[in-house]
Amino acid sequence: MKNRKAESGTVSRGLACLALGLGLTACAGPGGHPKDPLEPLNRATFAFNETADKYVMRPVAQVYDYAPLPIKVGVGNFFGNIGDIWIGVNNLLQGKVTDGLSDGGRVLVNSTVGIFGLFDIATELGLEKHDEDLGQTLGKWGVGDGPYLVLPLLGPSNVRDTVGLIGDLSVDPVFQVEEVATRNSLTGLRFVSKRAQLLGADTTAEQAALDKYGYLRSFYIQYRLNQVYDGQPPRVKDPDDDEASGDDGASAPQAAPQSDKKETQE
Amino acid sequence: MKRISTVLAALALSVGVQFSAFAEGMAPDALVKGVTDDVITIVRQDKAIQSGDTRKAVELVETKVIPYFDFAHMTRLAVGKDWKQASPEQKTVLTQEFKSLLVRTYSNALTQYRNQQIDFKPFKAKPEDTDVVVRTEVRQPGAKPVQIDYALDKQGDAWKVYDVMVAGVSLVTNYRDSFGQEVRAGGIDGLIKSLKDKNKQLDTTASAKK
Repeated sequence: MKNRKAESGTVSRGLACLALGLGLTACAGPGGHPKDPLEPLNRATFAFNETADKYVMRPVAQVYDYAPLPIKVGVGNFFGNIGDIWIGVNNLLQGKVTDGLSDGGRVLVNSTVGIFGLFDIATELGLEKHDEDLGQTLGKWGVGDGPYLVLPLLGPSNVRDTVGLIGDLSVDPVFQVEEVATRNSLTGLRFVSKRAQLLGADTTAEQAALDKYGYLRSFYIQYRLNQVYDGQPPRVKDPDDDEASGDDGASAPQAAPQSDKKETQE
Repeated sequence: MKRISTVLAALALSVGVQFSAFAEGMAPDALVKGVTDDVITIVRQDKAIQSGDTRKAVELVETKVIPYFDFAHMTRLAVGKDWKQASPEQKTVLTQEFKSLLVRTYSNALTQYRNQQIDFKPFKAKPEDTDVVVRTEVRQPGAKPVQIDYALDKQGDAWKVYDVMVAGVSLVTNYRDSFGQEVRAGGIDGLIKSLKDKNKQLDTTASAKK
């Protein structure tokens, strides 16, 4: 009886979460991740993505990966150059004028001397490549990231970054191409090139994780925070770290193994 | 059983101490650069590692990298607040298993190294600092550079790495959510079992490949 009650409680909480939608963070059940109130839905999307990746995206990326390096680099550079325009706009929106102008300079140099962006001459000239998008700009403006979301085929995101992504895509040069066949080919090639860059890293994540879903969720949250802060997120001394080391000395002084003793000397 | 693990821990510790004697008095940025350069030089020349020989990669990591890492500290960070409820024996086993998982996983990552260039960012620290970050960047053509940062703290005269951050993501605290889940589901022993199972699974896939 007790069990059934608990079960129906979980179900109705899940339903309530779905019904109430995205704005709520309080849905997380006991032990649930505070940033992931939609975990059941997200896990389902994740499972779908994993299957799609295993049977379609990854094999295609593996075939693409056989292309000679200069071609792959050229493709990466080409889409990188297209992206630099919007990256520059976002740098300006974030008040980073020098970076924004530098991105404009990159587009000028790479589109001309770099032959339609196939060669990244600008980096060699010292104009560093940046990485910005609307989601980061919103974050910089103080918009919180909201609940974690796994998007179909696109993977980890959150409510803020999904809104940002819609904005990114609405001004994306590839999406403005009129001819459908060209637009689709370019989109496909860009996707495959991105996926191929992750070959290797995906194996590492697979091997490293006890629970791949949780590993990637945690990864995405930290990764985006780092991006919003341009690689310099506020470094807080871990509260658990101090707490734990303090406790070590107090609670287990009698039988602490050597490796522990060493820590308390810190 | 208990005695064996204590002896093993002592043994591991003494080996660690011998190695780290080299590192004594060395500045943290020089230490990271020295180890990185060492490892990269070897991987560049080693065709076996490049073609995916995991065992050789693990060997390289064990001799060249591990002496400069503080796995007890890393494990404590990864486990977070649940660390307090672990007994000293559980802490030792947790550290062993987590170390083994990290070493296997990231030794495998070494086999994917393909001539990327590693840049060291200017190192900022005051002489009295005991907790610092050394920032590096991995560059490869056609892709954005990847930021890799090492957090070190000072233990006596030697610096030890206790966290590695890739693109701002701590490889250690990234485990905290899953570890917490395991502890909630099966206690500290549950977490130990999951780690052991994971390591076993990595072992079988590694030997199946050959």
